Amino acid sequence: MKFGILVNEGPYQHQAGDSAYLFCKAALAKGHEIHRVFFYHDGVNNSSRLTEPPQDDRNVVARWSKLAADHGVDLVVCVAAALRRGIKDENLAPGFRISGLGQLVESAIGADRLVVFGD
Amino acid sequence: MAEGTTRKVMFVNRTAPYGTVYALESLEVVLITAAFDQDVSLAFIGDGVWQLKKGQQTKGIETKNFSPTYRALEGYDIEKLYVEREALAERGLAPEDLVVDVTVLPARELGALMDGQDVILSF
Amino acid sequence: MLHIVNKSHLERSALDACLRIATGGTLLLIEDGVYAALAGTPGEAKLRDAMARFKVCALAPDLEARGVADRVMEGVALVDYGGFVDLVASHPTCQSWL
Repeated sequence: MKFGILVNEGPYQHQAGDSAYLFCKAALAKGHEIHRVFFYHDGVNNSSRLTEPPQDDRNVVARWSKLAADHGVDLVVCVAAALRRGIKDENLAPGFRISGLGQLVESAIGADRLVVFGD
Repeated sequence: MAEGTTRKVMFVNRTAPYGTVYALESLEVVLITAAFDQDVSLAFIGDGVWQLKKGQQTKGIETKNFSPTYRALEGYDIEKLYVEREALAERGLAPEDLVVDVTVLPARELGALMDGQDVILSF
Repeated sequence: MLHIVNKSHLERSALDACLRIATGGTLLLIEDGVYAALAGTPGEAKLRDAMARFKVCALAPDLEARGVADRVMEGVALVDYGGFVDLVASHPTCQSWL
């Protein structure tokens, strides 16, 4: 089955990004496909390559990048939300791309299920 | 899902405007979805009904007043706006207090409408 | 439909809104939403009533993280993230009550 995922909250502030990631990992382990993860609102902060958590904490951004590298998951950051929050191509972590809201709508109507993680 | 398939997409709005960004950014997705030729509807539940309150004046908080956009939705062929009856009553609101014409439904009827959707987007 | 609630019922209205509006189906409690699944609290009756209309599940890792996995009321099914995925896959639609 093809899942679309929407992440509406930023890393380290809210559990939404962690829940979304663990859901994706479990879905892939079961042989499902993650069609796309779309990052919106403060969720765009999941994509900053400037993120440097303390060593004993999980690296949320690197975890997403690895998911993209290992499974070809399409990580899309909303352009309008990103520019408002200082996320640009130059500070985007590997595996992420910046695009429009149309990518979210396409995922919502093109995937078998859309699961929303937020506040 | 094949190209060109029309799906029933409902936007569920449960947050008041201005205190957080969700109402505004939800509306931005609604406008984009209009271009995809889907069967779009909006549900306003709980504090979400405050998004539609007439007379919003946002100059004093130096933020854009986006409530006129709800009136523009008709031009995008988005005409299915549902409001929870209980939410209006709890907030001392009547349909006349809202910037657009809406269909007011009891909570459980709104729930039945949700059951018939293909996709639900909530922010 | 699968209804997902991620807020504490004592702080936010997400669970109340879901129970007021949703016609039935499955209710999955995740993140701070799991506190609603605890036995021996005044809120227990509310969820007990909901069980007439909903199959109620809670995400075990979230219960464990919060130190309350041993307090879950009877009738609540515990799932892990794989079970969460199965619930989404087995219901034609899901709604997050954010």
